[in-house]
Amino acid sequence: MRVNFRQADSRSAPAKSAAKRVSKLIRGIGWGMVLAGQALAGEYHLTIAEKRVDIGGEPQTAILADDGLPGPTLHWREGEDVVLHIENRLSEPTSIHWHGIELPYRMDGVPGISFEGIAPGARFSYRFPVKQNGTYWYHGHSGMQEQQGLFGALIIESAQPQPAADRDYVVLLSDWPQADPYRTLARLKKQSDYYNFQKRTVGDFFADIERLGLRETLSDRLAWGEMRMDPTDLADVNGSTYRFLVNGRTPQMAQHFLFKPGERVRLRFINASAMTYFDVRMPGLTMQVIAADGQNLQPLNVNGFRIAVAETYDVIVQPQAERAYSIFAEAMDRSGYAHASLSPRADWLAPVPPPTPRTLLTMADMGGAHAGHAAQGDNHLEHAEHAEHAEYGGHASQAGENLEAAKPAAEHAAHAGHHHAAMPPEIPSYQTLDYRDLRAETATPLGKPDREIELRLTGDMRRYIWSFDDVKYADAEPIRVKLGEVVRFRYVNQTMMNHPIHIHGLWQYLDIGAGAYNPKKHVINVRPGTTAVVDVPADAVGEWAFHCHLLYHMDTGMFRKLIVEAPDRE
Amino acid sequence: MSNGYRIKAAAIGLLWLVPDCQAQDGHMLFNRFIAERLEYEGNGGLHLAKWDVQDWFGNDEHKLWLKTEGDYSADQGIFGRADLQVLYSRNVDSFWDFQIGARRAFEPERTFDAVIGFQGLAPYFFEVDSALFVTEKGNVLGRLTLSYDLLLSQRLILQPRIELNLAAADLQSRGVKAGVTEFEAGLRLRYEIEREFAPYLGVDYVEEQSLREHQHSVRAVAGFRFWY
Repeated sequence: MRVNFRQADSRSAPAKSAAKRVSKLIRGIGWGMVLAGQALAGEYHLTIAEKRVDIGGEPQTAILADDGLPGPTLHWREGEDVVLHIENRLSEPTSIHWHGIELPYRMDGVPGISFEGIAPGARFSYRFPVKQNGTYWYHGHSGMQEQQGLFGALIIESAQPQPAADRDYVVLLSDWPQADPYRTLARLKKQSDYYNFQKRTVGDFFADIERLGLRETLSDRLAWGEMRMDPTDLADVNGSTYRFLVNGRTPQMAQHFLFKPGERVRLRFINASAMTYFDVRMPGLTMQVIAADGQNLQPLNVNGFRIAVAETYDVIVQPQAERAYSIFAEAMDRSGYAHASLSPRADWLAPVPPPTPRTLLTMADMGGAHAGHAAQGDNHLEHAEHAEHAEYGGHASQAGENLEAAKPAAEHAAHAGHHHAAMPPEIPSYQTLDYRDLRAETATPLGKPDREIELRLTGDMRRYIWSFDDVKYADAEPIRVKLGEVVRFRYVNQTMMNHPIHIHGLWQYLDIGAGAYNPKKHVINVRPGTTAVVDVPADAVGEWAFHCHLLYHMDTGMFRKLIVEAPDRE
Repeated sequence: MSNGYRIKAAAIGLLWLVPDCQAQDGHMLFNRFIAERLEYEGNGGLHLAKWDVQDWFGNDEHKLWLKTEGDYSADQGIFGRADLQVLYSRNVDSFWDFQIGARRAFEPERTFDAVIGFQGLAPYFFEVDSALFVTEKGNVLGRLTLSYDLLLSQRLILQPRIELNLAAADLQSRGVKAGVTEFEAGLRLRYEIEREFAPYLGVDYVEEQSLREHQHSVRAVAGFRFWY
């Protein structure tokens, strides 16, 4: 095993010209004394090269930043100007995209959209001011390099003092394939259910008759058969080829994080997978979610959360017992898991918890495919069915939890108000995290949307094509909006799969009925058969990538160019 | 076959001209070779080696599609049947391709037909391959193949399959009698060691009707399915 787990800060802090520093200081005067004594420019070097890695006895070629799987964790500070020199030692072009970062679009790192890419043997320097803080990540945006190991965590320290945690760890989840990603794609194109080894069998048919009766079983089978769909189709690529990693390590490699009982431990979960959604649990601990996609939230306690591809969640745990706790991230389709230990001693490892049962997709998940647009009534995140909430694994207490999660948005809004009164903050608790429970820490009043764009999320399972509005990227015109507009996107998921929708350079304010406290995210997961509504202030000129963050969905067409035009270009 | 290869090479050349877009590209080209059946089939008096092989090359919409099938009698040293279809396949729906092209039969006689048909997945997961063959003299023949995969386990799969060959009218030159000229119903149990490689055992019931004779037989089959 020759994987470098370099977590160290690759910061070097040479002074820039004095003049620049002074001007920066003047501009950054709002940051006050906190920054006055600190360097305002960080310069970083990353080298991208091929390397053989061996995860579980199968040596393979990886494409890595600084030889690390994952690449080094970069630490930036809000308010600094970063300069990132990327050297490409590959025989093919490369790129790095700074995921979730507000920056000039030429620095965004998408070949063919924001720049030319970094040619073999060439160097490219990204330069931009850091305007935000929180947990983010970076990854390759050329070919399938992201799936070949080119990604790492990005932690931006706040300019404002933040409540301190005693420990602060990155928990970066990823999926590692046994085959070359292009081969994986070819297999999906030839047989889209190639990786599904959880299909329903004749045995399941008879078991269902026992459980549900002949009539219901038959009508269920006929309904799915009529659509030529499969309710076990939860993940196109899964544990039959993937190994699931925490910070580049398999469960067997026993990744662990240390703590002392009573300490507040901040875990920064990043899902850097190409294709895998994880259901995360830490049995015996309540996780207090304090941020999503780098943005602070009003804290809420959960026993588990689903993390879509490319999302990040920051949680605080406060383990009291002198024992090892499990950090358990199951692939959504239960075809495997990532596992690590939060432990008082390096030689104590937490046992792997029993898996939660897999659930099948339901007809409600197919709602989009069937009902089309009929079901759209209001502006909230619309759920076809609460049944999907139960997908987390049919806890016995699920019914009660559903009631909790289904509280009307108004009640939540009132609840949110309490936090700003002088009352002691009461942290709501949930069995599992639901988007509808997320509330931004601070209010962002947005203007009324200037226009609405409905975007249907579409797919063709048989030929393995993914698209927006049934048009794949190769055949699509860019979406054009004007600088300063607030654009309301209505994502109507007409497929039976989850899609994590990512817009580069701009924020998506997810409309969950919380008004100015709607959370803002860089990735919005849209569940099967549901509609999600987001407001996007077009506040950065440029050409931005807009896509489903499942790598093979993006590569087969679920992608658009989003052009934010300056007024003079009208 | 060399004819087929030449046509394929030309088509590859043509498809290469399809504009190549950027990273997220919907015009990627793929190739799939699938030997659905490579098998020995026989009973007391009959020993046949049979093949049923398809290969497609192209993108999501346009494909060049080759199909060949036939049988060879090892003990007699002759081919009973051998043909090659070269088709242009155009996707017309998520689940269906429209196909048009030509069939060249090498055995039992050298014939040349135009082909038009549909291939795809019907509701309830029936794989369908259908074609009309129009002979040089304007006679019409038809073929319909239906198959279904029944999962006994994730890798052990029972496949019932029916093939019907039809003729619109008597065809003296080929000895074909109007109606169902050939009916084949088979059951194959395969085990997917890999998705791409699965040996199987099975049984076929075959009924043939021609101007000269009518015969039916039950045969045991053993072979493997292979694709890449």
